[in-house]
Amino acid sequence: MRLFGHKLSIPAAIGIAVIVVNLLMAVFAPLIAPFDQTTVLGDAWADADAQHWLGLDNLGRDILSRLIYGARMSIGLALVITTLSFFIGIVTGFAAAVAGGWVDQALSRFVDLLLSMPTLIFAFVILSVLGSGLPVLIVTIAVLDSTKVFRLARSVAVGLVSLEFVEAARLRGEGWWWIITREILPNAIPPLTAEFGLRFCFTFLFIAALSFLGLGVQPPAADWGSMVKDYRDMINFGSAAPIYPAAAIAMLTIGVNFVVDWMLSIHSRGQGEGA
Amino acid sequence: MTVVAADAPIVLDVQAMRVAVRTDHGDGPVLVDDVSLQLRRGEVIGLIGESGAGKSTIGLASMGYTRRNCFIVGGKVLLGGAGDLRAMTPDQRRALRGLKISYIAQSAAASFNPAMTLMDQVCEAPVRHGVMDTATARAAAVQLFRELDLPHPETIGGRYPHQVSGGQLQRVMAAMAMIGRPEVIVFDEPTTALDVTTQVECLASFRRLVREHGSAALYITHDLAVVAQIADRIMVLRRGKMVEFGDARQILQEPREDYTRRLVSERIAGHTFVAKPEGTAPLLAVKGVTAHYAGRPNVIDDVSLEIQAGDTVAVVGESGSGKSTLARVVTGLLPRAAGDVRFNGASLAPRLKDRSLDQLRRIQMIYQMPDVALNPQQTLLDVIGRPVAFYFKRSRAEVRVRVLELLRQMDLPEHFIDRKTSELSGGQKQRVSIARALAAEPDLIICDEVTSALDQLVGEEILRLLKRLQDELGIGYMFITHDLGTVKRIANKVVVMLRGKMVAGGDTASVFAPPYHPYTELLLSSVPEMRPDWLDEALARRAARIVA
Amino acid sequence: MGRLILNRSILGILTLIAASALIFIGTEILPGDLASAILQNQATPENLAKLRLDLGLDKPALLRYAEWLFGAVRGDFGRSLANGRDVMELIAPRFGNTMFLAAYAAIVAVPLAVGLGLAAAIRQGGVFDRTVNLLTLMTISVPEYFLAYLLIKYVAVELGWFPSLANVSSDTSFLDRLYYAFLPMLTLVLVIVAHMMRMTRASVLAVMASPYIEMAILKGLTKARIVMRHALPNALAPIISVVALNLAYLIVGVVVVESVFVYPGLGQLMVDEVSKHDVPVVQACGLIFAATFILLNMVADILSILSNPRLRQPR
Repeated sequence: MRLFGHKLSIPAAIGIAVIVVNLLMAVFAPLIAPFDQTTVLGDAWADADAQHWLGLDNLGRDILSRLIYGARMSIGLALVITTLSFFIGIVTGFAAAVAGGWVDQALSRFVDLLLSMPTLIFAFVILSVLGSGLPVLIVTIAVLDSTKVFRLARSVAVGLVSLEFVEAARLRGEGWWWIITREILPNAIPPLTAEFGLRFCFTFLFIAALSFLGLGVQPPAADWGSMVKDYRDMINFGSAAPIYPAAAIAMLTIGVNFVVDWMLSIHSRGQGEGA
Repeated sequence: MTVVAADAPIVLDVQAMRVAVRTDHGDGPVLVDDVSLQLRRGEVIGLIGESGAGKSTIGLASMGYTRRNCFIVGGKVLLGGAGDLRAMTPDQRRALRGLKISYIAQSAAASFNPAMTLMDQVCEAPVRHGVMDTATARAAAVQLFRELDLPHPETIGGRYPHQVSGGQLQRVMAAMAMIGRPEVIVFDEPTTALDVTTQVECLASFRRLVREHGSAALYITHDLAVVAQIADRIMVLRRGKMVEFGDARQILQEPREDYTRRLVSERIAGHTFVAKPEGTAPLLAVKGVTAHYAGRPNVIDDVSLEIQAGDTVAVVGESGSGKSTLARVVTGLLPRAAGDVRFNGASLAPRLKDRSLDQLRRIQMIYQMPDVALNPQQTLLDVIGRPVAFYFKRSRAEVRVRVLELLRQMDLPEHFIDRKTSELSGGQKQRVSIARALAAEPDLIICDEVTSALDQLVGEEILRLLKRLQDELGIGYMFITHDLGTVKRIANKVVVMLRGKMVAGGDTASVFAPPYHPYTELLLSSVPEMRPDWLDEALARRAARIVA
Repeated sequence: MGRLILNRSILGILTLIAASALIFIGTEILPGDLASAILQNQATPENLAKLRLDLGLDKPALLRYAEWLFGAVRGDFGRSLANGRDVMELIAPRFGNTMFLAAYAAIVAVPLAVGLGLAAAIRQGGVFDRTVNLLTLMTISVPEYFLAYLLIKYVAVELGWFPSLANVSSDTSFLDRLYYAFLPMLTLVLVIVAHMMRMTRASVLAVMASPYIEMAILKGLTKARIVMRHALPNALAPIISVVALNLAYLIVGVVVVESVFVYPGLGQLMVDEVSKHDVPVVQACGLIFAATFILLNMVADILSILSNPRLRQPR
């Protein structure tokens, strides 16, 4: 199997399969899930049986159905945040690279400052005041995460701006819009695609971690991070309940990372001895 | 040139060597195909060819070494009495490297460990191989530094690589290669990264050292004139295969193969001046221009020149002379600090953004590196058609017609029009760059080192194309270059620059004839010529001038 | 070089001040004010006014920031809104616990990661390299709590070797602490070893690809000599950055791990107080975490300045 004109590695093929399955699960959750995600179907912590493959949860809801519905919230939210973060990061990063001068200085120093603190800690400070509503979560994480996109977008664009085909466009008298959309953007897409995968993993794990800590997605909506939190106490009774949603999270990030790792490896080849 | 006795022992015997690329995904191209050579004690064999000829691969494979994913897949490499390198264990090969056979790389700056002193690196091989103790090795190193004319031979070894100049570092690398008294030294383009005036000194040092120590050498280069000075025999390579192998004089003076003949003749051909009649108003007049980057000293200082329609004005200088900065000032990328630039009689605004679209259109530029001068994501139609659409507001159909016309003019196939620029070869890309410049129908084209990233024969074709276009269209060229050979052949006027200042200027014939400015003379005398006696004469002239 | 180090130190202090301002501003970006945000539904005009007075909201923001910052420098972070206790008293023992856990993990992880990274780089493309590469790629992809619950389920619950809860207290002996904190430590080690090892490998490989390594091979040096004398000194600066970066990451990773194992550290405290809108405690914890993070990055930069021969030996 080939992608972008290169042969897929085995881990990358597995990664793509995992991503596709997860996306299908998120989109078609109501069709796939055997039960509703919020309906109480029996006793709390009922054991797994032919009807309920993974058993029931702390409120007697079907764990498997909640896992399938959880894909919607967990993946959807991470996608929305990553997209927003990319939009902010690329617009500001390209602007800094192309404008240069004080615009670049001001934006870069501000981003350095935001990056001088752990994202999680700064998010805590904001959430302690604003609470964990969905819009607050989305905007806070997207803005904090966009700093990393800014760095990459800026450095990619700075590298391209110094190239002579961009200089040729400037000498021709082209405006900034042409230079950014026609000369820079098409050449910046390959490195930014790999970064999108990495940033998605980061925001996906970040949201899940917040939910696990009780500061992310609030009940009753099912999302994988909150499910780990809700089921955590059962671990001491020998149940694997919190491991199911945690494994779902792990599977998806491993899958995305496999694909990203393969994409990055296409571009880098070193030297060595082979007599 | 020393005469090597025909019965001198063979120190390196390469027999039918093949080197190929092999990766996890299968076999790749063959880099070296069936190459054989016997190197005798005291002999220098020059390996010459364009990029992709496999000459560096041969040099490394002679040491039993190949780069990642490359393998010696056939033949034998017999080193002195030690036997076939391919049949040895890695430890046996290691014991020979640095001792019996050593290597001098193109980029000295990258080939020295930045965290070790020069002395430690020079002495490392003999001390580690156990043939010298540290004190002996250090004494030997100082002796070599002295022989190589390095300044402060006693103390220079205590320095770190970043503390000495490029030319000095290249000679320290020669000391590092020589110290173990190897039977064979592989020189891999050792002077290519240097300025011409430095190149002469390094070349002279290398030659003296090889002769005095009686080492044998493989000298790899793309420059026939360089190899003419040092080699006893020359092997011409192309795409991994041997084209011709013979005595140096025979190769240079009576080449048998057509390819060799083209390589040799292109260098000698030129020397035809194209004097243009003086026009009335100059196309471009640069008057007393001074410029610098923010907060730095002047990069160019009080430079003046005039270009008439149909002129080719060469701006010559070594790296750091400010010649490319002059181009940036003319185009407005770097605003001038003082002076005036007049185009068609009117003063040009210092800044690019204050110039009119018509002014921008009339001055076009062609760059050194065709790989980065064209957007790899665009097709030839996009690249060449954009100036047509942008400046002349033509319809899509008209643009396509005009691009096809330009492709024909560049001798490029018409079906290339929908290809991406990244699919073309270096020479083809440079033709597209020229087409893009012509599409704007300019009066003046600034050519910034347009042939120096290209192979010799490809570069010649580009020069011929530029010449033909000038004859047809009467465009003026400002030709920035470090290569005096090119200047002599194509420019009717020349400006010589040194550290931002103009040291000479005028008609090429008069600038390049006595009485010379001393720097012009130094530059001229440093350009290697294909006569094997050239280096001796150049050194003699230099010595004479220092005495005078 | 001394100048560079001084400059970097000054920059570090300026960054810290700017970060403190950011933490302070973070609590000021509300549509209403802090008091109404804290009280939310229970807000009556009376208790709002009282809380505003308690928080000093009648004073201008700049003055409150200055008071807060100078208090912080003296170790006075005010009182908790949740229980009225002195913030410093709440934080001090927990900060000690967190540092203990982080140091415990770092001492195990750093040598392990650097060693594995070097070994993988030297055997680039070999079976060991590929296996380690795949395993660490999987480890860095998974959340800490996934590893933690796997460990709890199999090592603590089924095998019973270590406790699943790490509730240490001030009178727990040192050896007991090592025992109780073993699983949290192991979780952190797994995560940061993977990161650190991959980055170490990448830095060493970047150096191994440079022409002076090829030159060393062509000088006939042994692999050991090439790695120890030519590659390692030049890879040191990047490796130091890698270590510092991951220690900084450890500071964050510790928050989740503390929560899983109910370990009484600063991270767990911060999480609890965030949901209670206990702003003074959150600000104090935030400042301490940020300061540690900034300090580590500063130390890393200074160490890499010290290990750069170009800066140690000026022209």
